[in-house]
Amino acid sequence: MADLIRCTAAETAAAIASGEVSAVEVAQAHLDRINAVDEKVHAFLHVDTDGALAAARSVDARRAAGEELGPLAGVPLALKDVFTTKGVPTTAGSKMLEGWRPPYDATLTRRLKEAGVVILGKTNMDEFAMGSSTENSAYGPTGNPWDLSRIPGGSGGGSAAALAAYEAPLAIGTDTGGSIRQPGAVTGTVGVKPTYGSVSRYGLIAFSSSLDQGGPCARTVLDAALLHEAIAGHDPMDSTSIDAPVPAVVAAARQADVKGMRVGVVKEFGGEGYQAGVMQRFHESVELLRSLGAEIVEISCPSFTYALPAYYLIAPSECSSNLARFDAMRYGLRVGDNGARSAEEVTALTREAGFGPEVKRRIMLGTYALSSGYYDAYYGSAQKVRTLITRDFDRAFGDVDVLISPTTPTTAFPIGERADDPMAMYLADLCTIPSNLAGNAAMSVPCGLAPEDNLPVGLQIIAPALADDRLYRVGAAVEAALNDKWGHPLLEEAPAL
Amino acid sequence: MPGITREEVAHLARLSRLELKSEELDHFAEQLNDIVDAVARVSEIAAEDVPPTSHPLPLTNVMRADEVRPSLSPDEVLAAAPAAEEQRFRVPQILGED
Amino acid sequence: MSVIDLVPYEEALASYDPVMGLEVHVELGTKTKMFCGCATVPGAEPNSQVCPTCLGLPGSLPVVNAIGVESAIRIGLALNCEIAEWCRFARKNYFYPDMPKNFQTSQYDEPIAFNGYLDVELEDGEVFRVEIERAHMEEDTGKSTHVGGATGRIHGAEYSLLDYNRAGIPLIEIVTKPIVGAGDRAPEVARAYVAELRELIRALGVSEARMDMGQMRCDVNLSLMPKGADKFGTRSETKNVNSLRSVERAARFEIQRHAAVLNEGGKIVQETRHFHEDNGTTTSGRIKEEAEDYRYFPEPDLVPVAPAREWVEQLRGELPELPRLRRQRLQSEWGISAVEMQSALNAGAIDLILATIDAGAPADQARKWWLGELARRANEDGVELAELPITPAQVARVSALVAEGKLTDKLARQVIEGVLAGEGEPDEVVAKRGLAVVSDDSALGDAIDAALAAQPDVADKIRSGKFAAAGALVGAVMKATRGQADAARVKELIFEKLGVTPE
Repeated sequence: MADLIRCTAAETAAAIASGEVSAVEVAQAHLDRINAVDEKVHAFLHVDTDGALAAARSVDARRAAGEELGPLAGVPLALKDVFTTKGVPTTAGSKMLEGWRPPYDATLTRRLKEAGVVILGKTNMDEFAMGSSTENSAYGPTGNPWDLSRIPGGSGGGSAAALAAYEAPLAIGTDTGGSIRQPGAVTGTVGVKPTYGSVSRYGLIAFSSSLDQGGPCARTVLDAALLHEAIAGHDPMDSTSIDAPVPAVVAAARQADVKGMRVGVVKEFGGEGYQAGVMQRFHESVELLRSLGAEIVEISCPSFTYALPAYYLIAPSECSSNLARFDAMRYGLRVGDNGARSAEEVTALTREAGFGPEVKRRIMLGTYALSSGYYDAYYGSAQKVRTLITRDFDRAFGDVDVLISPTTPTTAFPIGERADDPMAMYLADLCTIPSNLAGNAAMSVPCGLAPEDNLPVGLQIIAPALADDRLYRVGAAVEAALNDKWGHPLLEEAPAL
Repeated sequence: MPGITREEVAHLARLSRLELKSEELDHFAEQLNDIVDAVARVSEIAAEDVPPTSHPLPLTNVMRADEVRPSLSPDEVLAAAPAAEEQRFRVPQILGED
Repeated sequence: MSVIDLVPYEEALASYDPVMGLEVHVELGTKTKMFCGCATVPGAEPNSQVCPTCLGLPGSLPVVNAIGVESAIRIGLALNCEIAEWCRFARKNYFYPDMPKNFQTSQYDEPIAFNGYLDVELEDGEVFRVEIERAHMEEDTGKSTHVGGATGRIHGAEYSLLDYNRAGIPLIEIVTKPIVGAGDRAPEVARAYVAELRELIRALGVSEARMDMGQMRCDVNLSLMPKGADKFGTRSETKNVNSLRSVERAARFEIQRHAAVLNEGGKIVQETRHFHEDNGTTTSGRIKEEAEDYRYFPEPDLVPVAPAREWVEQLRGELPELPRLRRQRLQSEWGISAVEMQSALNAGAIDLILATIDAGAPADQARKWWLGELARRANEDGVELAELPITPAQVARVSALVAEGKLTDKLARQVIEGVLAGEGEPDEVVAKRGLAVVSDDSALGDAIDAALAAQPDVADKIRSGKFAAAGALVGAVMKATRGQADAARVKELIFEKLGVTPE
């Protein structure tokens, strides 16, 4: 094997299964890479060297014993620090949980372990997944491997940066308003938000329960599909988990064929606020799909322009309740307990000290939106917008197989640029939010570099709920055609770290 | 929509158990006003006859059998406690009713 | 705290009409908690029945207990409620250290059962219909122990200790509509309602509904309005009134207190109040600086509950005989008065009596023991009848021993005392304490001979027809046998020996 860290997950798994390389060698190569570059990138909050090597040894032992290995056995993975890992620090990017070692594994964590995936560590993120830049992490920002002075997207910037920096071939993200897709877009990697309910949320530290969805991040569409199949499926511990077979996403990624598919271009995404180079690459992608045999249809989804305001009522409302448990009583940070103060005071002091400004802002916004007297105007109306958005999708999918748009209006912006302007920051999720509100499936796949800044642009593909396989068919076709055109994957154009 | 006053922010902070500093009250009042102004648009299209969607899935009746599953051990339960005593969580004095 | 002069009860009722609202929380007896699989065994060591979900750990999620839902529907049906075709859980948001998530998973505007009623019977047989607003599902909180300070109560405590074993145990909250028109019988109605509800819950088998163990807790909301008015006054909410007697006393006290405040031109403050068992008064709870705003919203981690109509009808068909109807049936079967039946109900004795009858005792004997000796003991010990360490089968055995003539009533009481003291089964107590009636005539013969020899004058009196004089000889024989002889048999034997036959 020439360069273990540059292999795809599929290649690595095959090499391990054939004995060409050991899982320990693969894990060690990635741990070495992390050691070499993560000081600059800061993709990881915690590297679990011992745990990773032990998991790798176990895969090697199982292979030696002649056991059949799963399709991702021995492949390293970077896990967003929002999923619980038994005995391994889990912080959700917050001071509130500094040093917390959960007594249980998330269902997703358990499934990864059962699949023989080697978890390298936990990746950086915006605090409690609130943000689009990873600048809201209590542990400092992550750099975009394409330009370390720029944001890697968020909230799952650590996971996306780990992929782009070749620190891991696979990563896990969570997507509440775009936190998998937008980091994928700005780092030139693949990110998928599966249909709501297809990946268990048990052990996912909740931001907004009705929107949160875990999903795969990878450097290739096929790798994302392999990971998707490893983590998806019904979980009786999550009441909102779908009890239905997982769509055949790996087969769809291998099919990589869009001939005869009807592809809708969402009219409402584009125009003012969209970077020219982003729109240029997007239009080229539309033409590419046409040339590959897809039929292109323009689709109007008028209520999508209300998605962002609806999201910024629903998500903060749910988060204000979900984050109430951080009260300094049972786990996590406790400050100000001098023996004289009441529990109430200690809770308020701890939350003041333990939460960053964005989290506080959203908690208060949500508290406001749910207050008596305001509920109907805000939360209630937002829920209605949710219905209208779902209807727009239903109408669109009555006509087309998938919808496409740019993933995000701009390429990666400089760290600090929007830090004190929440409204500007929120615009990063303009195109991704509707799918969270409707609960359907969406993917971001690289579609080139914006000419003006040479930074990656993402193409968003949206499919109806439970038709996640269509994302992979289209995504893989785009990926294959572009790799052909460029002669190599986009990521090879990233500067060396 | 009415603007959010500094007093209102203080009220929200109390409801949210956040001991905000004085300068934060001003800062948040301004930002929350901006955000609320922007998000209040939802009421423009939220007509009377549109049913609310609280959940993206049309699932109902997800229940489990009344069968005991293992609990955590008390050691695990208390492992992360800021303070513990007599196998219980020790917390500062609770104001309010008993 | 200012002391107020209560208005005498009758005087208060002469000027005002009371309006009551009763909120009863019933802890279900499910094997597991409402939203997780933790066990619910009472008395377990602290924090031993706790998992990520009921501890509110980050990432944990709830899953509804099917028996919790089924129990709620059965309670709703027994209360003549409509059962929702579709309803949801909601989050009730407020901070309190005994509540791990700082929201309670409850139901808000979509309760599973609503619009029902419960007919309750007062002491004199009058039936009063209490309208039910709703019955909904929710979860219990953890338990706190307050350390430091003089009384162990929350005020003045230095810190608190929390045990979350109870957190997440299913609760059904049953809320009445405003109870109007009860007049001076309002406190009695309150008590009868809670008693009837308790019987109902037990008959359904969904909970033991032991008020002393907190399995059933009652809040008494009360307001007064001037006689003839139709606008309700401001109410007080007396929390956690935890015995039938206290429910009645709390309502009575609040009527008198409200009347006193109103008579002086004062205003009732809407507040929560605490009831004090020791002196029957209530005191003000903490007055909150701001109105509670619970910010209810649909629980996004759970999906709606939509009970199929066939299921609801099946559950309706399987409901047990309702307690009041059953009592009516038993009363006529047993041939007793309404007052006697009421006292059996109040003592919590009906099921025990029935079980004793099932174990073979005649109905009158079963009633006699449970409502007499055993009720007295329960009262003395301050426990519920069912808590006494004696089973219906044991009571039936004692009754059988008496019927067989092996025990006298007096000896039987000693046997029961022995069983209660943990000395074993009735037969073992008889053997160990040597309590069997001395019915061996030859053994008695010696004692009688001795008595006749010692008191020849008495023997003569009997021979001359003064049969009543036999008492002295019986007494002597009983003394000689240390009370273990059957006095009636002794008398018979004396007459036999003396060759007389009293008519």
